[in-house]
Amino acid sequence: MRVLPVGAHALLVEVSSGDEAQALHAELLRRRAEGSLPAGEIVPAARTVLLDGVSDPVRLTAELTALALPPVPEQARETVEIPVRYDGPDLADVAAHWGVSAREVARVHAGTEFRVAFCGFAPGFGYLTGLPARCDVPRRPTPRTAVPAGSVALAGPYTGVYPRSSPGGWQLIGTTDLVLWDPARAPAALLSPGARVRFVPVGATGSAA
Amino acid sequence: MTDRALAVVRAGALTTVQDRGRPGHAHLGVPRSGALDGPAAALANRLAGNPPDAAVLETTLDGCSLRPRTPVTVAVTGAPCPVSVDGRPVAWGAPVRVRAGSVLDVGAVVSGVRAYVGVRGGIAVEPVLGSRSTDLLSGLGPAPLTDGAVLPLGAPLEGGDAYVDVAPQPAAPDELVLRVTLGPRDDWFTPAAVRLLTSCAYRVSPASNRIGLRTTGPALERARPDELPSEGMVLGAVQVPPDGTPVVFLADHPTTGGYPVIAVVRPADLPAAAQARPGTPVRFVAVRRR
Repeated sequence: MRVLPVGAHALLVEVSSGDEAQALHAELLRRRAEGSLPAGEIVPAARTVLLDGVSDPVRLTAELTALALPPVPEQARETVEIPVRYDGPDLADVAAHWGVSAREVARVHAGTEFRVAFCGFAPGFGYLTGLPARCDVPRRPTPRTAVPAGSVALAGPYTGVYPRSSPGGWQLIGTTDLVLWDPARAPAALLSPGARVRFVPVGATGSAA
Repeated sequence: MTDRALAVVRAGALTTVQDRGRPGHAHLGVPRSGALDGPAAALANRLAGNPPDAAVLETTLDGCSLRPRTPVTVAVTGAPCPVSVDGRPVAWGAPVRVRAGSVLDVGAVVSGVRAYVGVRGGIAVEPVLGSRSTDLLSGLGPAPLTDGAVLPLGAPLEGGDAYVDVAPQPAAPDELVLRVTLGPRDDWFTPAAVRLLTSCAYRVSPASNRIGLRTTGPALERARPDELPSEGMVLGAVQVPPDGTPVVFLADHPTTGGYPVIAVVRPADLPAAAQARPGTPVRFVAVRRR
């Protein structure tokens, strides 16, 4: 674990894997909840957790360097279920990358337990991990100028759901009607870091046109 | 209560509602947003007799015109500009009374970029996640002002008029000096690139916006070509995209990013960055992390 200073009031804690980042994030949240970690923002990402709004970064650096990482706790929080139609325009391309049929992509994806590794890109957009490494796919060579809200998509090791229409280069494999982000709702974001997620197929598997 | 409102006569190039933003939601991908020149926005509130977290208007270069439906006290701060009521010049940087139905015009800035219009009672649009700020990256908060729009005003604070009559304000910078601490990813750049950042004259790019102050100048060469996994970003981060010219993250910056951050600007220097016009020389000065 490496602790890098970021300006005068933030620290970037770097670990060696996504799993370690999730464990670190869970532990830091636990410490903040019990009052032993004063930080305004705790922002997990692929291999790091950013602590922003830190009053004494030097002392905290010493504490973090001595930190032994417990494994990710089995969570009491329930699994978020996302109903999905596997009808995305890139389903056939993803099937080709995986070397399987479109139907098999849907089966594997719906059979995976995901975890929200981190959020970013847009409010409520979660980077979900859980697929095996052989299922990594590249981004589209040319990003789309508008990806519809509710698109279920893959890129690299991640699955994501577009909370609103936006440009995007991910491979679209399906669609959900679930509202991922609603600032008038509490909580506004359906997916927050650490949450478990499952995709539940509804209707017939698409023909992967 | 419907009387406590402002009609937008001329929205200007880009006028948004801003307060102190919505920090604390970065882990959900929500930018902090908020007034780019925080001290100027706070002063507008103080002059208008508002608490510091009231929402004000942030204009861009050419101001805006407003017609209050009720008599209000307003104050224009930030970038210096001509201010008038029904065509008669009134004070900039001081409380001004505007009668119901009169037109307050905030003119084109003489220097700087962003003027702030504080209105007694504050702009009372519906808050989103605790803030009324317009976030241009993620589209949260009210849309930028349009001609003919009507903005609700809040109830004025009890207790008379403004707390101050007039207050000194910093001039827009002829040269933007940004004190930086190196890292967290300065080791992703060649030693020559790190020296270049703090020894070369950059200039403010016209492509700058509320998300970032973009620059033009020498490209900073990377020491390693691989891709940086996405990581959390802070206000003032100096991120270096593939074209090699540094971008200083301002209030609407993305919460995570995949380009390395070579240095971080001291927060105290960011209000000046908000007022630096395109073409202004930028000097990054490395300082110790106190």
